[in-house]
Amino acid sequence: MTAAVADAHDHHDDHGPAKGIGRWLFSTNHKDIGTMYLVFSLIMFFIGGAMAMVIRSELAIPGLQFVHPEFFNQMTTMHALIMVFGAVMPAFVGLANWMIPLMIGAPDMALPRMNNWSFWILPVAFGILLSTLFMPGGAPAGGWTMYPPLILQTGDAFPFLIFSVHLMGLSSIMGAINVIVTIINMRAPDMSLLKMPMFVWTWLITAYLLIAVMPVLAGAVTMLLTDQFFGTSFFLAAGGGDPVMFQHIFWFFGHPEVYIMILPAFGVVSEIIPTFSRKPLFGHDSMVYAASCIAFLSFIVWAHHMFTVGMPLTGQLFFMFATMLIAVPTGVKIFNWVATMWRGAMTFETPMLFSLAFVFLFTIGGFSGLMLAIAPADVQYHDTYFVVAHFHYVLVPGSVFAIMAGAYYWLPKWTGHMYNETLGKAHFWASTIFVNITFFPMHFLGLAAMPRRIPDYSTQYADFNTVASIGAIGFGLSQLLFVWVLLTSKKGEKATAEVWDNPPGLEWTVPSPAPYHTFETPPKLNESHGFH
Amino acid sequence: MTTHTDERYYVPHGSHWPAVGSLGLLFMMVGVSNWLNGAGAGFYIMLTGLAIIVFMITGWFAAVIGESEGGLYNAQVDKSFRQGMFWFIFSEVMFFAAFFGALFYARNMAIPWLGGESNNFFTNLLLWEGYESTWPSNGPGNMGGDYEAMPPFGLPLINTALLLTSSITLTIAHHALIAGKRAQVTAFLAMTFLLGFIFIFLQGFEYVEAYQHLNLKLTSGIYGSTFFMLTGFHGLHVTIGAIMLTIIWFRVLKGHFSAEKHFAFEAVAWYWHFVDVVWIALYVFVYWM
Amino acid sequence: MIRKSFLSLSGLLLAGTASADWALNMPKGVTDLSLETYNLHMMVFWWCVGIGAVVFGVMIYSLIKHRKSKGVEPAKFSHSTTAEIVWTTIPVVILVLMAVPTAETMVRMEDSRNPDLTIVVTGYQWKWHYKYQDSDIEFYSSLARSSLEARRKQSGVDPFSVDNYLLDVDNPVVVPSGSKIRLLFTASDVIHSWWMPDFAIKKDAIPGIVNEAWFRPNEVGTYRGQCAELCGKDHGYMPIVVEVVEPEAFAAWVDSRNVEQ
Ligand code: HEA
Ligand code: HEA
Ligand code: CUA
Ligand SMILES: [Cu+2]
Repeated sequence: MTAAVADAHDHHDDHGPAKGIGRWLFSTNHKDIGTMYLVFSLIMFFIGGAMAMVIRSELAIPGLQFVHPEFFNQMTTMHALIMVFGAVMPAFVGLANWMIPLMIGAPDMALPRMNNWSFWILPVAFGILLSTLFMPGGAPAGGWTMYPPLILQTGDAFPFLIFSVHLMGLSSIMGAINVIVTIINMRAPDMSLLKMPMFVWTWLITAYLLIAVMPVLAGAVTMLLTDQFFGTSFFLAAGGGDPVMFQHIFWFFGHPEVYIMILPAFGVVSEIIPTFSRKPLFGHDSMVYAASCIAFLSFIVWAHHMFTVGMPLTGQLFFMFATMLIAVPTGVKIFNWVATMWRGAMTFETPMLFSLAFVFLFTIGGFSGLMLAIAPADVQYHDTYFVVAHFHYVLVPGSVFAIMAGAYYWLPKWTGHMYNETLGKAHFWASTIFVNITFFPMHFLGLAAMPRRIPDYSTQYADFNTVASIGAIGFGLSQLLFVWVLLTSKKGEKATAEVWDNPPGLEWTVPSPAPYHTFETPPKLNESHGFH
Repeated sequence: MTTHTDERYYVPHGSHWPAVGSLGLLFMMVGVSNWLNGAGAGFYIMLTGLAIIVFMITGWFAAVIGESEGGLYNAQVDKSFRQGMFWFIFSEVMFFAAFFGALFYARNMAIPWLGGESNNFFTNLLLWEGYESTWPSNGPGNMGGDYEAMPPFGLPLINTALLLTSSITLTIAHHALIAGKRAQVTAFLAMTFLLGFIFIFLQGFEYVEAYQHLNLKLTSGIYGSTFFMLTGFHGLHVTIGAIMLTIIWFRVLKGHFSAEKHFAFEAVAWYWHFVDVVWIALYVFVYWM
Repeated sequence: MIRKSFLSLSGLLLAGTASADWALNMPKGVTDLSLETYNLHMMVFWWCVGIGAVVFGVMIYSLIKHRKSKGVEPAKFSHSTTAEIVWTTIPVVILVLMAVPTAETMVRMEDSRNPDLTIVVTGYQWKWHYKYQDSDIEFYSSLARSSLEARRKQSGVDPFSVDNYLLDVDNPVVVPSGSKIRLLFTASDVIHSWWMPDFAIKKDAIPGIVNEAWFRPNEVGTYRGQCAELCGKDHGYMPIVVEVVEPEAFAAWVDSRNVEQ
């Protein structure tokens, strides 16, 4: 090796972080990028949540009080797009960035500069999306599912919507490629695939889902764009197309998308429950197979969102049976978590509390999902608040609670200090109580025939809506506690490297806070950290 | 590489190129959106964005090429790049899959249904009476007026031959690179991208033919939509691939790449083969069947 | 009206009393199929309750008994093939038990052959159009005047003072009880969805496509539903009202209609 090269090599980032804004803007450090993802996601959660508050305020009592119907629909649409693509997905990418290299003993992500780009596309994408609120005709108001022909009635916001979705897709695809390559290529030499922690596994599967379906979404919205501006007839029956075709393409993306939002959550919970049960994860390998099954099945169930579009009977039957099957591998996961707790020695710190609530409430959301899969019954449930109840149960006390659990679990590793456990528990109890007050009554509303996506409703729905709105405000305010915990997180006592009581995983072998550079040489797996 | 670098992982410096790229995307997307909405400045904002992107790609790749030629990359980095490229191509495959899916759905479901098949007897009777489903079709509304379908055995067949040949010449170039025959590499690589550019030229010619003589347009119902979107996106990919091949060719001239290490060369080759495979699917399903 | 909501809310919290308004469950409806649908709904529901009781029961037991604070030593086991086979097989069996009756109902739902009466329903932004096939009867049906005024933002009208707020129309659909009625759905602008909970019918009305559904109402009465697919700003304001009347009354209605037109 020439001297010049050795030189160039030696000054590569052996030092700490760069100074100033450059540290963040030009970063190639997985920890910094992970932090940016997580902060971005929290901001988006608040913006999306603020929109949910507009929705819930308007729905608190019958009659129109605060907003016009157009604006209400804009809120519904933007709330969902921001929560799904801006809050939940980036939060999981943030956790992946921070934790996957630490968990597999890698120095960083495999493609660090692309990693930076995947993040910095997001502010652009959401800047564009949010700017549509101020355009003539307002923000998109056709629902997050963007069904044509309605979505083609969007005003100036239309192309901005399409291109911001393209950008989100670009970011997700690059992020997913990075995760896959990191996991396949950067593991510590003696970490075989089946020795990988569950979080890493579920993310690997999620990344495959992302690469497979985000481009399909890009294709779908591209067709919307050309139908609108260039006279194509993809979704126009007169030209031989079909509006329902959009729904097929969208849900081919959309259903795997919901598992993209839950598989990493399964991973987080699978890390936490063993730690606080002081027992190894039950059935590690069958958990891997179950997650793979879920991912596979997710590609062949999409039309369960379309039981009312007039599909031929055979199609409906097929999609119904395939959908029901997903309950089996998902059940395996639930049972394995319970078996992990069984005869453990449990303690109930905040991460564990959130994980337990996850197992309970996700299961309830799963049950309502199974009810929705029953096609004739779905004729009654479809596009009602029963569906809204279902997916908020799997998304809020599902995905969001898992993110919270992960944040509390790894926060000491990130900051080097214990967070305030009392505040954490307060946050947990407030969230859990209010989340149920918010979303449980929605089941009743749906069964009593209240459609979704309406700004006003008939008087017999008044009471449960009021309850839900009060719950929503309570839930929203409870999240301020979380911010408080984060802001004060450096005040707590210093955390040890292990933080918890002998938790499994390589991330606990590095000091807390994790140094700027970790594992510059591959680590040896240590028996005492859960590998055998 | 000495053992010293092999043991250690390679982590690159911070880089300003991604941020530049995001800025470029911002300009481009805002520009193109404004342009589509009919706002005057949009087009120029878009061009600015495009220029920033080209600047970013050039700068970023130059940096990577510099590091690669400087011997900074170990085998693991090489592998990461390869896997990254592979999954990127897979994502492209899925993008095309969406459009092929639209084609299959329209041909095998939507069109027959409009013609009254399956549970759509009344669709035909009440709304599109007299419409008989055929393929190709511009739909019961005869969108875009009467047109002729693109015949499979003229230009498209020649184009198929061109692309298939180019894949062979590229493979020869690759083998030559491994065997260290640099002159052969340059010659066959040049042949490959020339074939690519000829393909694009002929494709353009075909479009002119379609618009001027067949009255086959993007607006010709679902047939026109799928035909132009599929061949159009494919053509765009051929263009990108041919440009990348050209760049690789210059790099070969400059003496880059060795028999063992030539990731960029291989990545572009994979990309080219992928474009080729898409074409074959296109030829079969769009032109022929 | 705010006070009323709060009153009923505190009612809920304090006493948990159920007023007549507190519909908790899916309506049983007035057709054989709506009843079948209801039964399917209850069947899955009870299966879920049962499974939930077992899973949550075991979990809660574990949460209470297997705590560190009780001084237990954690067990070491981490897999059991038998257990895993059991809890994969049992759910499969349960699912099959659910799927069979469901499939049967679906087959019946899709069979719209040989109707006594066919009505073509077209969705518009934001009203419905009905045309009785083989007759001259056709009309638009939109939100009733009383609701129209009250629905405006800050209208000052208390929705509770309006009869069937947002669920009433100017021209209801009238059909005879006991006959098989086929509906053909389409739309003129965007996708709408015609939903009548009491008949267990929800079918999308899609521009350029015609969908079918059918029902045979067993009881006379007035039934209310709403558009169930987001169709723009007034999606919440295009209700559906069907009046099921005795066949003789229906014949009289048809006559009176024909005189009017
Ligand atoms: C994280 C996101 C997430 C997850 C995990 C799920 C999980 C599931 N979902 Fe859900 N779903 C959504 C997010 C999600 N969903 C969203 C966002 C929508 C609405 C989109 C829109 O329209 O805007 C939706 C809508 C939706 C519909 C369409 C409703 C309609 O519009 O009419 C259907 C229908 O089948 C459905 C079904 C299911 C099923 C069967 C599961 C299953 O995976 C659940 C499996 C889990 C269990 C069953 C519980 C645990 C299992 C056991 C304890 C084992 C034993 C159990 C039995 C044998 C029963 N979902
Ligand atoms: C991950 C996804 C996600 C998440 C986290 C949420 C979170 C919430 N959602 Fe959302 N929602 C969707 C995904 C999600 N939702 C989707 C996909 C739809 C369908 C859209 C469509 O139909 O197209 C939907 C639709 C939807 C509706 C139906 C709208 C309609 O049909 O018209 C409602 C109504 O209640 C609702 C409510 C809420 C509430 C109260 C929360 C709460 O959990 C939010 C809590 C968070 C905060 C409140 C922010 C934090 C706190 C503050 C900002 C402090 C200040 C607080 C106060 C002043 C009180 N959501
Ligand atoms: Cu019509 Cu909603
Ligand atoms: Cu789904």
